[in-house]
Amino acid sequence: MIIRRYFDAPTWGWKSPFEELARMRRELDRVFEEVPRTWPVELPTGVFPLTNITEDKDNFYLRAELPGTKASDVDISITGNSISISGERKIIAEHKNVKYHRREREAGSFRRMIKLPAQIDTSKVEAKSSDGVLTVILPKAEIAKPKQIPIKVS
Amino acid sequence: MAEKETKDLQVKEKQAVATPAEQTRAGLVFTPAVDIFETDRELTLLADLPGVKKDGLTIDLDNNQLTIVGEVSPPEGSDEVVLLREYQTGRYFRQFALSDAIDQSKIEASLADGVLRLDLPKVEAAKPRKIAVKTG
Repeated sequence: MIIRRYFDAPTWGWKSPFEELARMRRELDRVFEEVPRTWPVELPTGVFPLTNITEDKDNFYLRAELPGTKASDVDISITGNSISISGERKIIAEHKNVKYHRREREAGSFRRMIKLPAQIDTSKVEAKSSDGVLTVILPKAEIAKPKQIPIKVS
Repeated sequence: MAEKETKDLQVKEKQAVATPAEQTRAGLVFTPAVDIFETDRELTLLADLPGVKKDGLTIDLDNNQLTIVGEVSPPEGSDEVVLLREYQTGRYFRQFALSDAIDQSKIEASLADGVLRLDLPKVEAAKPRKIAVKTG
């Protein structure tokens, strides 16, 4: 017993340093694989538009700030549990001879796909745009809703 | 679609700022993105204020200083659980110094789809005038 432990000591033996590094890498890979890929993803993905998603018992709510974008310029499509938002933000040049002092607002097209953690009842999805904020209400499919199971008392 | 290629929009983080005045109310303060352009007759200011309703918008003009404050109340219901948060909501705040060339009594403001439009007409004296030269 004592001898075996002596031989297994990390500093002992003819292992090359590279072999030791490879072992550490395998170990790290294993650790990272074990980290569960959990929802929610708290970090912004860097895709326009910035989106907030919330849920309650019955629905998911998706909100995105799209100031100056008309409802007709936004396309929303839903399949199963993913939603795709695409569109274009237009800024119309109003006059020909203008001098710009500030130009911070940007125009352009956007496309974003978001996967939701449960199935959606695609027939009941509602979308509205007010004050430059797009809100999409996505009702959860019946099978995805939490169910309370009463416990019978005998 | 259109013949000319449109640029893809890039994400711009909302800029949280410290305002010159101490805030007595809790909450985040953001700088709205603005466009300001000038023609011979007027100055136009466009500001992105998503989520600001007409009642939540205050435009003050004091000593040539134009202050825009837009209040945004959180749109989420009380029993909603956040799954993904990429932007925060709060107050929008921005101040501009106006020159004397602006006719302060004729400023007009309108708000549509989260964009504020301010039309700031110039005073008569500041408008360029062409003087016709008579030949005699």
